[in-house]
Amino acid sequence: MAIEVRIPTILRSYTGGEKAVTADGASLSALIDSLDADHPGIKERLIENGDLRRFVNIYVNDEDVRFLGGLEAELSDGDQIVVLPAVAGGAHPTTFFASPAALLRRTTPRGPRKDR
Amino acid sequence: MLTIDQATYDAIVAHAKRDHPVEACGIVAGPEGSDRPERFIEMVNAAGSPTFYEYDSTDLLHLYKEMDERDEEPVVIYHSHTATEAYPSVTDVNLASEPGAHYVLVSTREHGNNEGPVEFRSYSIVDGVVTEEEVAVVPTLTRSES
Repeated sequence: MAIEVRIPTILRSYTGGEKAVTADGASLSALIDSLDADHPGIKERLIENGDLRRFVNIYVNDEDVRFLGGLEAELSDGDQIVVLPAVAGGAHPTTFFASPAALLRRTTPRGPRKDR
Repeated sequence: MLTIDQATYDAIVAHAKRDHPVEACGIVAGPEGSDRPERFIEMVNAAGSPTFYEYDSTDLLHLYKEMDERDEEPVVIYHSHTATEAYPSVTDVNLASEPGAHYVLVSTREHGNNEGPVEFRSYSIVDGVVTEEEVAVVPTLTRSES
């Protein structure tokens, strides 16, 4: 089983500069474990406290995975995965967003999820 | 230094004024590695907020796929602050994910939707470090040699 994963610029330090890598897994969760086995540390940038990071978007065949069951989303051979950090920001000063080095680290859910 | 043509500069300012008091956001794409902001793309602020912006996730995917097909990258990532100065907030810094881009901030706090000057400033944001850079507004971008 081979699934292509498109890697955003900011995470290419984990993939030796590669824009796309292959991984496998029957679910997104398994795929991320497979990805992390080949590219140690990348999982930490995608998942926090067992859930997808709030400001990381992952798409399966162009569909936001949050609408497909999040980490439980089922994958098939030939699926295409795209990882994109959110483009977001703003003047909002609250410490809600303000943890140090919090890049891609907020975990507040957005959109429907299976487990909520 | 950010070098930007007058028409693109004006388009960013017009967008910020039009959307005030909601934060306006968008991108200026350019050929990969060129550092030339050539293609102005307004984005919808899915947060619709005066203090926060975020691209809709579907719009974001569409934008990045389109840039990929055209061998482009985000050269300028802009947004407005509508009540505070044109300086990256903690939120901006924490969420900045394009270390190669020029982060442009426009503040509309002074004149809002009306005519009048705005603050227009540009920064690089790399690993949480903000560095302001000079902005050169030119009549048109000069043709590259290639």
